[in-house]
Amino acid sequence: MTIIPKPAKPWTSTPSARAKEITLFLGSILLTVIVVQVTAFKGKLAYFFIFFLLYALTTAIFQYSARGMAAAKDALVKAIVVLGAVVTVLPIASIIFTVASKGLPGIRPGLFTNDMSLATSTDPLTNGGLLHAITGTLTLVSISLFLSVPIGILTALYLTEIKGRFTNPIRFLVQAMSGVPSIVAGLFILSAVLYPITKSYSGFMGALALTILMIPTITRTSEEVLLLIPNELREAGVALGGTQWRTVAMIVLPAARSGLVTAMILGVARISGETAPLLLLTGGGDKVNPNPFSGSLGSLPYYIWKSFNAGSPEAITRAWAGLLVLLVVVLILFTLARLLTNQKMKARK
Amino acid sequence: MSTNSGVIPAPRELTTEPRRSDKVFRAVVTSGGLSSLVILGLIAVFLGYRGFEVLRQEGFGFITNSDWSISTDDAGNVIESHFGLAAMLVGTILCSLVAVVIAVPISVLTSVFLNFYCPQWLKNFLVAIIDMMAAFPSILFGIWGFLVLMPSVEYWAKLIHKYFGFIPLFELEPFIVTRSPFVAGVVLAIMIIPIVTSVSREIFAQAPLDRIQAAYALGATRWAMIKAVVIPYGRSGVIGGAMLGLGRAMGETVAVFTVLNIVFQVNWHVLLGAGGNVASLIILKFGDASPYEIKALMAAGLILFLLTLVVNAVANFIVKNTGKSGR
Repeated sequence: MTIIPKPAKPWTSTPSARAKEITLFLGSILLTVIVVQVTAFKGKLAYFFIFFLLYALTTAIFQYSARGMAAAKDALVKAIVVLGAVVTVLPIASIIFTVASKGLPGIRPGLFTNDMSLATSTDPLTNGGLLHAITGTLTLVSISLFLSVPIGILTALYLTEIKGRFTNPIRFLVQAMSGVPSIVAGLFILSAVLYPITKSYSGFMGALALTILMIPTITRTSEEVLLLIPNELREAGVALGGTQWRTVAMIVLPAARSGLVTAMILGVARISGETAPLLLLTGGGDKVNPNPFSGSLGSLPYYIWKSFNAGSPEAITRAWAGLLVLLVVVLILFTLARLLTNQKMKARK
Repeated sequence: MSTNSGVIPAPRELTTEPRRSDKVFRAVVTSGGLSSLVILGLIAVFLGYRGFEVLRQEGFGFITNSDWSISTDDAGNVIESHFGLAAMLVGTILCSLVAVVIAVPISVLTSVFLNFYCPQWLKNFLVAIIDMMAAFPSILFGIWGFLVLMPSVEYWAKLIHKYFGFIPLFELEPFIVTRSPFVAGVVLAIMIIPIVTSVSREIFAQAPLDRIQAAYALGATRWAMIKAVVIPYGRSGVIGGAMLGLGRAMGETVAVFTVLNIVFQVNWHVLLGAGGNVASLIILKFGDASPYEIKALMAAGLILFLLTLVVNAVANFIVKNTGKSGR
């Protein structure tokens, strides 16, 4: 006669334990409401923090009575860790929510077909728009892409394909470059190009400063992508009699194509909202300016900055609408980059 | 014409010499790779060259004085000028320290949560949005901070003043909390949380699995495991991440300019509505600066550049060497 033991899952929580947990949770909600009603703490934030505090305390006390000190500490730390994560997410949620709710009233059809050349900051929202800002930002971004992509990818190729004497110093310098404050990049272009050579504001100057900020992002992302390309591919290329140049150009780079596109997208996301250098270099016109090499060029960040500083209620709404457009652009770019990477991961599996 | 029968053909030349196309390729890639060196060098050279005149005239006082004034006659000649960065440097350090003090604990908790508490689907989602937050433009943080965050931060600042007023740092006279370094620090903290989080998340993820499992096998709770294994392993990496955040906070321009009340006065009081930072000084004074003042701004830019460069270099060094020690 054999006894077949009933399969047990000791790690899953029993209904009674779950009931206790739910009781604790509901109990602390109840306590929170009472505390907020009785004491001087008021508002949503008060509810939030007092609930966390009480929940942490009640679970800790419960665990202490059930399992002792170590379990109580564990429960307390768990609550604090969750609190930390929530505090990180709160501002993101608040930013997205605020920008959406305050920016939406400023979004109208005319916004994308008019510029601000015939409107002042106190005009009603039906006048003017941000066409000049969008075309300006597009101009800036495409020029800086054109300039920074070759440099960024060449640097990444040096770090992954040539691995020469300077690999470590260059990796270090690229890291250092990504920490250069944007205002310093602006001042550099001001001192090195604008004052001695062109002597006037233009979109191109702004694009040069953005290039400096974009190169490190592109380099670091491309380097990571190129490091993921399996070495066998390179060996196969050389074994077929290819020179290094042909191996890189016809095997490594095509294999890394989607990753390199991701690098470019992340670079664009990095610079599309950059404000400080544009304030120094582009002049920020109110009119659509198709020529990036002469005349002041408007851009989204500059438009937001100008409207925000104008201060009238209409202008503030304009600023929020501009921020909403900027945020949507960044969100789209990020989703694109994410989708591309995920596809790549799937293809590899 | 003789037949080739008796002639031994010359041996084929074997060489490791790269072909011409490869030489060109290597030269092009190497020169591209050196561009970062060239750009960083040029930044230092040009800012130094433009700011040299002011730096020589002010000498060491450029860092220790807090006076920023220039008077010119009608023809635009400089009569008298005093340029000193002390107030702005103090403000830079104060704001970024407040930011780091607030951001680091939150980031460490978040990365512990992401690595050891969070289910996988939530982790993917949270990592995506935190990474995205790192790419939010600074003007967004500035305006959001000014219009949305400031009222509630003022409330917190008043609470701190009420309950911690006996600490000299928080004592306040006169009582102006609006637009204080504390508010700017909170905005900067929110800006650097993504960076510090992603650095410490990666460091914590590298914590040796065998030791984690050993701790669990010995009956450790999750917190005991984190305290015994993860924190000792990741400590120096977190310090590096904090310094990366510090570097970013020090160079921040627009967000600080929007939030902070810029006053040329050395102010160590976190809650007092007066301060500044080097980057926001440049934006503030640039608009109507005379050529000579521009030179002073260039010098200020040079100081800021060197400051962030040093902080970043140290931070990267620490992050890179984490995990090698402590084993």
